[in-house]
Amino acid sequence: MSTILEKPGFNPDRKYKIIGTSPVKHDGFDKVTGRAKFAADAFLPGMLVGKVLRSPHPHAILKRIDTTQASKVPGVKAIITRDDFPEIKQGTGGGDMTRLAMAREKVYWEGHPVAAVAATSEAAAKKALKLIEVEYEVLPHVIDPVEAMKPDAPILHEYMRTKGAKGPDAERPTNVVERHELGIGDVDKGFAEADFIVEGTFDTKPMHQGYIELQSCVANYSEDGQVDLWCCTQAPWVYRDRLTEILKIDSSKIRIQQSELGGGFGGKTTFYLEPLSVVLSRKAKCAVKMTLTRVEVMRATGPVSGTQSTIKMGCKKDGTIVAVDSKLVFQTGPYTGSAFTNAPQAMLTRYDLKHVRTISYEVVSNRPKVSSFRAPCVPQVIFGVEGLIDELATKIGMDPLEMRLKNAIVEGHKTIYGETFNRIGFVETLEAAKACDHYRAPVPKGQARGIACGFWFNRGGETAGSMNLAPDGTVTITLGTADVAGSRMSMAMMAAEELGIPVDRVRAVLADTHSLGYNRVTAGSRTTFSSGIIVVDSARKIITELCRRAAKIWNVPEEGVVFEDGVCRPASSNVGEFEPLSIKEIAHKTTYTMGSISGHSEMNVTGAGPGFAVHIVDVEVDKETGLTSVKRYTIIEDAGKAISPAQVEGQFQGAAVQGIGWALNEEYVYGADGRLQNPGFLDYRMPVASDVPMIDTVIVEVPNPKHPFGLRGVGEVPLTPAMAAIGNAIGHAIGIRPRSLPMSPPKVLAIIEEARARGVLPAG
Amino acid sequence: MSDVRFEAPSSLSEAVRILAGAKGASRALAGGTDLIVQMENDLLEPDLIVDIKKIPEMRAIKPEGGGFRIGATVTGMEMIEDAGLCAKWPGVIDGVKLIGSIQVKGRATMAGNLCNASPGADSVPPLVAAGALARIVGPNGTRETPVEKIPVSPGKTSLAPGEIIESFFLPERPRNSGDAYLRFTPRTEMDIAVVGVAINLTLDSAGVCTQARVALGAVAPTVLLVDECAKALIGTRVDEAAIDKMAAAAAAACKPIDDKRGTREFRIKITSVLAKRVAQKALERARHTA
Repeated sequence: MSTILEKPGFNPDRKYKIIGTSPVKHDGFDKVTGRAKFAADAFLPGMLVGKVLRSPHPHAILKRIDTTQASKVPGVKAIITRDDFPEIKQGTGGGDMTRLAMAREKVYWEGHPVAAVAATSEAAAKKALKLIEVEYEVLPHVIDPVEAMKPDAPILHEYMRTKGAKGPDAERPTNVVERHELGIGDVDKGFAEADFIVEGTFDTKPMHQGYIELQSCVANYSEDGQVDLWCCTQAPWVYRDRLTEILKIDSSKIRIQQSELGGGFGGKTTFYLEPLSVVLSRKAKCAVKMTLTRVEVMRATGPVSGTQSTIKMGCKKDGTIVAVDSKLVFQTGPYTGSAFTNAPQAMLTRYDLKHVRTISYEVVSNRPKVSSFRAPCVPQVIFGVEGLIDELATKIGMDPLEMRLKNAIVEGHKTIYGETFNRIGFVETLEAAKACDHYRAPVPKGQARGIACGFWFNRGGETAGSMNLAPDGTVTITLGTADVAGSRMSMAMMAAEELGIPVDRVRAVLADTHSLGYNRVTAGSRTTFSSGIIVVDSARKIITELCRRAAKIWNVPEEGVVFEDGVCRPASSNVGEFEPLSIKEIAHKTTYTMGSISGHSEMNVTGAGPGFAVHIVDVEVDKETGLTSVKRYTIIEDAGKAISPAQVEGQFQGAAVQGIGWALNEEYVYGADGRLQNPGFLDYRMPVASDVPMIDTVIVEVPNPKHPFGLRGVGEVPLTPAMAAIGNAIGHAIGIRPRSLPMSPPKVLAIIEEARARGVLPAG
Repeated sequence: MSDVRFEAPSSLSEAVRILAGAKGASRALAGGTDLIVQMENDLLEPDLIVDIKKIPEMRAIKPEGGGFRIGATVTGMEMIEDAGLCAKWPGVIDGVKLIGSIQVKGRATMAGNLCNASPGADSVPPLVAAGALARIVGPNGTRETPVEKIPVSPGKTSLAPGEIIESFFLPERPRNSGDAYLRFTPRTEMDIAVVGVAINLTLDSAGVCTQARVALGAVAPTVLLVDECAKALIGTRVDEAAIDKMAAAAAAACKPIDDKRGTREFRIKITSVLAKRVAQKALERARHTA
């Protein structure tokens, strides 16, 4: 029997009843009334409060930790340090993980945990933290990745040698984790064909995901060694397996239940408190709750990489891009794990290029280890690529959208990383952008317009789920992927569509790690696609079973029953005359047939359809202060099929807002002492509501034939072109395009002064 | 934090008695929008907190001598909703409106904004430009002092132990007076001033400036009241030349630092830009008020 992956059954003529509508999310009511249970709402009787002692130094040898005085504080039940964690060799995956959770030989960033306390009150825990004596031997530190690459930079890990380096570079201690080369053709040959060549160095800053919910967890280590852990996570199974790896506890003894998620965006794919709370609970013989403060979130959880990209691009007079050469540097924090290879793969994937070279470097430095954030490492390099395309379009006098259309890829394109694309919708997205109201409207006086395009692969991967039919005919779904943005509702909609029942008769819940097989992290814009396939497959299994039960009730052969519009009917009059049986009627009789009906599915899902977006933005730049105001913003993107258009629109709009923050103001400010100076939302300037206009959206639907409803992921694509589009708009406003993020007022004002000096911007 | 003593007296004399008798670190609590945040971030661990919001006479805005007396625990939103105050002192309200969010302004007070002693406090430059007086009550009685004398350096005030601000007095205004405040922040709201400029001026019937006060925020350890700026405006029709001269004097007077919120160089440039914009706004208001 062929599987749903081989035969998804996508039918372009299918008429939907539920797919494509936007019902109110089932979990929405509790969220707007404040009753939803997030991680910090978890409570166990008698639980202790856990707090973390963090390094004040960005780089130091951890010489001695003395907890004697701290342990005497009344109410303190356990104190843990590196000595409470199994030794795992440095430079291995597990070795890095355990050292990120709790420092061992050295501390690598300001905020690195060096001890944790569990006590009966927060006051007692804090008092104990102050009494823990730590002796550091402070070492020189390095924050910036480009500085960290220099020969005389302080070395974080003496054992580190650059993977992929050649010659003497491969032999010496370094902060460069890896040198990665990816390309096609011959760039020298390509540039020889170019009529115009532009190049530039672009830098972007680490960007925090800015989730509202602070990480929190409750761990209970039982007398029998069973761990129960409640936490907010995008990756319960990944957390479980990592806990197994670093704490040497069998996975069968670790049960993780995810809470409602108060924002993740990739930032909740990495654990921080969870291993500490488990070890504290084991030592204290009590449940332990730990919650980060916002300051801790900023100091000690991972933003996405900051980058420096040097890119050279050439095109012909007709707009054909002939070659791109690039050197890309990615900051990863003290350990590898930036997913930087996404960047060379995605940076140009939407244009049909023959000659490309990318050389990428991942670099360690003394700041928190990076984590994922919507299309990790891709928006950063697209900022440079789309900026240069814009410069070329200006040079040759071509409309920026036409230039992209000239180079756009279509179905059958073989990517730089070897994948050949099935049906894709980039051209349709560009055409929709050309036709949209925003692009057709003249640029208002005093404003300037920028456009940029973006891409993300969209992912699949290991996914498991279950569906149960209750005797009253309603349906429950148990999901292994996290609900980061309303996917439970999308799953309920897909199940209801397939089963032909109202969506209110379906409820989806999030499984604990004991209830289902392995589920890959909820990331890569994979959830609605992958779990959606699991849901449709499970529903189809239920339908098959419904037909069997109807056959049994009617006492006819199974093939004599068909399922249509939510009821089983005889396949033809030859089968006999029977009144159709609804799901509810069959469900009610399962006791008399063969017992309960459920569908279950697990697979390594493939066939995710790549997504493409165009952003159009109008800005106004105050030429006296350098302040940029975003006046109008439109996102045009291919969603394949919008299961719930309101949710797709929400993904687009949220991404635009995050892009505006990244483009204009968000930035970590480190002092010369290597300490973060703006660990909070007051001075880490994420946009507020009044900083952004209404974000308009155009949902393009070029179906992904590998999904039963044609959908493509939409979680990450809409962030990828944002900073580039804003940068292009500012460039048109002031005559010189900024090449460094954030494009904050002081930087833009300096460029305005330069533009005036060079005569490309008239004196004000 | 568990050891902190909390008092909420219902009279001013009781509050002063408790504060004057306190051992260790003590703080008066009004809206708490700075105090509680600082405690939450472990920047401050007071032994005593005295909530002064239960003291009735500190909770009201009252007319007095043609001006206004504003109790120290009157919140930002209460000021914004007072039509008479808004009409008379729009520049002071400009500053109050920029503090935090509506929710924050629902708790925050000007007295707290002043006693937090941040050079970037938004309500302080317009109060200074307005010539506002603070009435301070303490163990040795009551005294009146110009607002600009209260902060002495970031986080420090001239208040003696046991002293609290009871109220502010905004004086009666001559005809054809206008005041305004603008700040520069990268965000539209929920931000801290990189530079703030407040100007309060009065015109005579011929449109000549007879009085002016110019105050600069976030460009020195405390809010600056710049006489040279005032001199540049007084006696002029507040024309472009006068405004340019005033803006140059403002830029020359500021002594900013480089910090996470802005560089010294940027702050000086922005001071001049804002000074011009604020002067225009204050002028406009002076021309249109009776």
